[in-house]
Amino acid sequence: MTDKNPEYDFKWCPGCGDFGVRRALEQALQKYIIDTEIPIENNVIVAGIGCSGNMVHLLEGQQPFGIHGLHGRTLPIAMGIKSSRPDLNVTVVAGDGDFLSIGMEHIAPQAQRNLDVCVIVMDNAVYGLTKGQSSPTSHEGMITSSTPYGKMEDAVNPLKLYLTLGVSHVASALSSKIKDLSQMIYDAMKYPGFAIVHVQSPCTEYNNTYEQLKGNVKKGIQPMAWSLPEDHNPESVSDAQNIVDRDGIPLGLIYQAKDRTSFSKRVEETTSSMNGKSAEDIITLYSV
Amino acid sequence: MNKSDFVVRFAGEGGQGFMTAAIGLAAANTQSGYHAQTFATFPSQITGGPTWMQVRISTDTVLSRGDELDVLVVFNEEAYSIHKDEVRNGGVIIYDSDGMDLEGGESLGIPFDKLAKSTGNSRSANMVVMGALAGLIGIPQSILEEFVKRRWSNTARYGETIVPTNIHALTLGREAASSSGFEIGELNPPQKPNYEQIFVDGNQAICLGAVASGVQFYCGYPISPATTILIWMEKNLVGKGKFAYQVSSEIEAITSLIGAGYAGTKAMSATAGPGFSLMSEGLGMAWMAEIPLVIVNVQRGGPATGLPTKTEQSDLLNAINPAHGDVSLPVIAPGTVEECFYGTVQAFNWAETYQGPVVLLSEHSLSEKQQNIPKPNLETLEVQNRILYEGKNGYQRYEPGEISPMPIPGGPGSYVANASEHDGIGDTTHLSERHIQMTNRRFRKLESLMDSPYEHDKIDADVAIMPWGGSKGPAKEAYEKLLIDGKDIGWFYTMFLNPINPTLLEELRNKKLVLVPELNYLGQFASVLRSQGVNAEPITQYTGLPFKVKDLVQRISSRLAELENRRSAS
Ligand SMILES: Cc1ncc(C[n+]2csc(CCOP(=O)(O)OP(=O)(O)O)c2C)c(N)n1
Ligand code: SF4
Repeated sequence: MTDKNPEYDFKWCPGCGDFGVRRALEQALQKYIIDTEIPIENNVIVAGIGCSGNMVHLLEGQQPFGIHGLHGRTLPIAMGIKSSRPDLNVTVVAGDGDFLSIGMEHIAPQAQRNLDVCVIVMDNAVYGLTKGQSSPTSHEGMITSSTPYGKMEDAVNPLKLYLTLGVSHVASALSSKIKDLSQMIYDAMKYPGFAIVHVQSPCTEYNNTYEQLKGNVKKGIQPMAWSLPEDHNPESVSDAQNIVDRDGIPLGLIYQAKDRTSFSKRVEETTSSMNGKSAEDIITLYSV
Repeated sequence: MNKSDFVVRFAGEGGQGFMTAAIGLAAANTQSGYHAQTFATFPSQITGGPTWMQVRISTDTVLSRGDELDVLVVFNEEAYSIHKDEVRNGGVIIYDSDGMDLEGGESLGIPFDKLAKSTGNSRSANMVVMGALAGLIGIPQSILEEFVKRRWSNTARYGETIVPTNIHALTLGREAASSSGFEIGELNPPQKPNYEQIFVDGNQAICLGAVASGVQFYCGYPISPATTILIWMEKNLVGKGKFAYQVSSEIEAITSLIGAGYAGTKAMSATAGPGFSLMSEGLGMAWMAEIPLVIVNVQRGGPATGLPTKTEQSDLLNAINPAHGDVSLPVIAPGTVEECFYGTVQAFNWAETYQGPVVLLSEHSLSEKQQNIPKPNLETLEVQNRILYEGKNGYQRYEPGEISPMPIPGGPGSYVANASEHDGIGDTTHLSERHIQMTNRRFRKLESLMDSPYEHDKIDADVAIMPWGGSKGPAKEAYEKLLIDGKDIGWFYTMFLNPINPTLLEELRNKKLVLVPELNYLGQFASVLRSQGVNAEPITQYTGLPFKVKDLVQRISSRLAELENRRSAS
């Protein structure tokens, strides 16, 4: 909404990875509303708090509905929307701090429910908005403003965590590969279950990792990111586990549970299909 | 001697089954036109422990649990020594003469278990006790038999044998009581009401109120004394467009309600102090982003984990102001089981009209109190819904000024519901002018809630009492006694505690003194009133139990006497 709204004063820094994620999300959303004929107003973006969450205000083109809530609480907000209105397409956008630190407690229950939302995590391994503190994905020994002598924890491996928690659809991407990312977001939106697209989205201001991720032949830096082998079978748990145990950043669809029932479907089959009593009938049960 | 009122307490470990029966006794009596109220207190452990339950049956509406016992039924010696002093002069203590040996003129031993076994149904001991009680106060056998038939004849497996054995047990109990020679006065015959009634506890009344208001979405996390609301919703809030779910914490509960309220549904959660504290940030967001939702806080005692199974009214300040920043949440505190129903309906109406979160502040003593109330008439019940936005896109949802129609996903007017300070369309802003405009807008919205009803009586008196919440019943009874004693005192009451109706405030400001009986240490409502220019003074109690009428009468009388003395001295 930047063009239209001069009052809105937040800007991503030049080169911020989130620009690429935005482009990819806009494309995916466009394709989604055309392919599914679900109108734009039936799409909701749930944003976390961080530089990344500002996505919801910065999207260009046709405007979906948005909700920009509390730090760490994107998932339960999304659950409230999706389970009260299964007809809506709900997409979560959050940073690694938002999703994996303060909001970590919400991943497991939604994974068990198989909440049918698409989550885009923008991982820059640092807290951008609060100016450069360490995050769960910052590596051990990393110097940040809150770890002046080096981080004393191991970094979390988010992809491994998602698999362990039972997330149904796990993809991994780079913000600069917009075409691939857009396709992954589109696929995740269409997947009827809990789908996470974990994106390496570098922070040029506090943790510029473009070079490490893509490599630099001249400087002899090997790229951290690598493509999945041709024969990778995303429906195989053991294949997926092998991939996430390897160093670096795998790119592509790592895991996808095939016939797992989505939360909306479970609700529909268990309670929505029941014949609820009218208020009058319920009250009458207590008659003396 | 005839009585209009009868109080019986069941005390002691192992008394649970008898307590279920006590509820049955209460229910059976309301069928015949008596009024009944139960009160229970439980320890935290799941079974056993020092539990007691009390039933008060009356020919009039019951206001409080009753200070003095006509009959005490004890199930062990410990219970006897703890509770015996609360039996009134001329009251009776009933005990199992087979297991205990109590000396003393006023105690009546009946071999409950032995008599039960003789019916062929060893589990009918509670019916023996019921029979004895009915015999003591002259409740006709037919009322109880009717109850037994209703209760058990549908249970295919047992109906055939259980009904006759239970009725036999009732008769044995009745005979044992009448042959003992004890008499405590016969209960006046009931006035059969000319309207339909239901028999519910406070939490059930809240559930029924929510359903009558059209609740569609419920998420909660188990916590005493609010758990029964979650269980009820999971069972009953089913069908198309309905959703009830146990989520993983109160943080999940409040934030999922925000999602549901934003998406256009009527959403509710119930919790108690610890969970309410966890909801704090989310309540602030609902206020900021203007999302209608209802949170029920069934208060328990103390800070932190506190007293999970006791009653207190110590969350009022937190309910009005649960979150950081400038917020002032609408708070409705029901004072009776019936108000639990209507308070919930109003909570939804408020949430929908001002578009924001509303707190229904109940309390433990109401949650477990079962009472007969007039059956609500859904045809005349006023249920309000938020105004929906139906215009074009490019809508300024938060345009300052009035309450504005709310866009719902799937419809026109997409915007960002924003927890950060925002402009008209919901984009984040840091401009001072905007913050001033939006803060004013949020507070101005409360003005739509200010015409709420209230009670007043003897408005010419200089001093008035104004209880809130569950202290209403005992305070009302105390007030009536004080009037009979010739005291010059007035009465105010409302369940709409924030915002307070400005006309009511004006009346209160004209009083020399407003005494506020409330179950907390700080005198929370008194301080709310003082902050709005009322000379209010609390009468506090923090025992974990409701007020006793006689304590209130005594404390208010001595405060009045003090004022009188000071006046005549000066
Ligand atoms: C409850 C709470 N704690 C702390 C904050 C402050 N805060 C805002 S954003 C943020 C971290 C953002 O990091 P991340 O989620 O990784 O997003 P990024 O800015 O890197 O995109 C923090 C700690 C807050 N808003 N709310
Ligand atoms: S601080 Fe980092 S994450 Fe935030 S906008 Fe700048 S580059 Fe992006």
